[in-house]
Amino acid sequence: MPVKTYIQAIQEATIEEMQRDPTVFMMGEDLRKSVYGATAGLVEQFGEDRIIDTPLSENGFFGAALGASLCGMRPIVETVTSFLWVGMDQLISQAAKMRYMFGGQAELPVTFRIRMFYARGAAAHHSDRNYPVFMNTPGLKIICPTNAYDAKGLLKTAIRDNDVCMFFEDGIAISSRTEVPDNEDLPGGELLVPFGVANTVRAGSDVTVVGIAGGVQHALDAAKTLETEGISLEVIDPRTLVPLDMETILKSVERTGRLVVVDPAHKVCSAASEIAATVAQEGFWSLQAPIQVVASEQVNVPYSPALEPLIYPTPEKVVAAVRVVLD
Amino acid sequence: MALDKQQLEEMYRRMCLIRYFEEAVIAIHSSGELIGPAHPYIGQEAVAVGACAALRDDDRIAGSHRSHGHPIAKGGDVKRAMAEILGKVDGFCKGKGGSMHLADFSIGILGESGIVASSVPIATGAALASKLSKKDFVALVFFGDGASNQGACHESMNMAALWDLPVIFLCENNGYAITTSYKNSVSVDHVSDRASAYGMPGVLVDGQDAIAVWEATDEAVRRARAGEGPTLIEAMTYRFEEHSLGLDRIIKSEYRSSEEVEEAMKRDPLVIHRATMISHGFSTEAECDEIESTVKTEIDEAVEFARNSPYPEPGDLYDDMWATPV
Repeated sequence: MPVKTYIQAIQEATIEEMQRDPTVFMMGEDLRKSVYGATAGLVEQFGEDRIIDTPLSENGFFGAALGASLCGMRPIVETVTSFLWVGMDQLISQAAKMRYMFGGQAELPVTFRIRMFYARGAAAHHSDRNYPVFMNTPGLKIICPTNAYDAKGLLKTAIRDNDVCMFFEDGIAISSRTEVPDNEDLPGGELLVPFGVANTVRAGSDVTVVGIAGGVQHALDAAKTLETEGISLEVIDPRTLVPLDMETILKSVERTGRLVVVDPAHKVCSAASEIAATVAQEGFWSLQAPIQVVASEQVNVPYSPALEPLIYPTPEKVVAAVRVVLD
Repeated sequence: MALDKQQLEEMYRRMCLIRYFEEAVIAIHSSGELIGPAHPYIGQEAVAVGACAALRDDDRIAGSHRSHGHPIAKGGDVKRAMAEILGKVDGFCKGKGGSMHLADFSIGILGESGIVASSVPIATGAALASKLSKKDFVALVFFGDGASNQGACHESMNMAALWDLPVIFLCENNGYAITTSYKNSVSVDHVSDRASAYGMPGVLVDGQDAIAVWEATDEAVRRARAGEGPTLIEAMTYRFEEHSLGLDRIIKSEYRSSEEVEEAMKRDPLVIHRATMISHGFSTEAECDEIESTVKTEIDEAVEFARNSPYPEPGDLYDDMWATPV
């Protein structure tokens, strides 16, 4: 099976969906010259009407994407986590609320492809991991693919979905390579990954470790380390945070009795806190130790290489948390 | 193109619909039946009606918090509008949107908005869809002088002019953003002066005269459909009532003098339109009276309909969240 990068997977999904459906188009900053890597060659293939370079006006073009979607188009918007703040009015007051507020009249098939850079010395203004903010806002679907296979399959599903999808592309996952089957080798001729179905990346018996976005890789690295000591981790990747497959997580905790959640977001009101709270509420009698959360420190991201690495989850922090739940 | 008798009478009918609808909302507020806030459109009727008279059914509109006049002017059902304001299941939005979020997608009403200026990018996007899908519908967005200062307006106008989008930016300048006057919040004499900064025409029009608003909008629509791009129209108008119902009990000091209000009310858009129809021989006094009385009955029926409509069921709470179920 061919091995592909995360970026290749995103590009393949984009091209396939744009070929399949003439209403799909892209808007964002610097798409035509592919500053973020996933849009190279698209303007040559699809033309300037379908690959639109926008002015630096996030609130304006996020809203324009929504308006276009209300009139039969399927925009894919490319942006960066930190620029979501600039367009928050349209994301929160319109994207998330329009459908419900208008009694179900609005269909908003917009996919926001959001590059999530961090741990690269970019300091506080370019290192946001802000998906939990949007989990707290009803009406948005939140997708966090952690490998090329899921990136392709989930992006295709997102583009076909009739709701606003926020697709977070984790900077750690982006450098990964994964086997992605060619379409001719797939039973339906294409790769579609459904929302709301967690992936048990690694089966294990001692501790359940749920990884969010780049947290999955840390969990897998920790699992390798602990394997040598005979400790078996079950690593679960929820893949989508809205909808969230709690059933798979609860069933795993039922067997292991122990839970660690790894989340690159800041720890207060993170995806990890939501998962931990739900397991505490619904899976309490399965637990044999207090749940541990490994998330980013509750402080802004500092620039200096002496400080920045202290913020984020690491495989070592996951190992330490596993030792706590096994203590 | 000029307006004929039938069109002029329809415009008068819709202006009356808005006026009596708002009077009914005020009565409902007084009787304690109104659930949330409402922002009466009385005094500004000629803007919405003049503008919508230049639109087709498939043209899209979006609006603002002063939200009842636009959908009625576009042809929205007053029964369903009133039911929505009372939070009833027969409302446009099944009682989930209320006064500030009236919408009827079936006739191009993409929704009013409680966040000032947030509809402006939406309408710009609707116009983008028209262009990309090679259709010829236009989008028109109503916003106020206060909204004109929001970044959303500037960003949208720049994009619309840059891409020659078929959108009409219709600023209803009623002189006040709640209590803050135009001169204390806008740096230029007229919002329409800003059009030249984006490279689009800016048109200043008497917003109390529905025919003048129609003329300006009709030309903007022609331009838009011909692929010539957006137009910014500024309609000078005045709200005859308080910003929102009940606000007069909160605001303690005067921000617009009673003399100013009285002077503005001398230019009632309904009176002006009726006088034009009669003086130009289109309609008689009796015909105008007949329109008024028919509309009064229609509004009475709308209130009755809304009162009799049931509230949504508790089981409806989670409906309408997703188009693709999760």
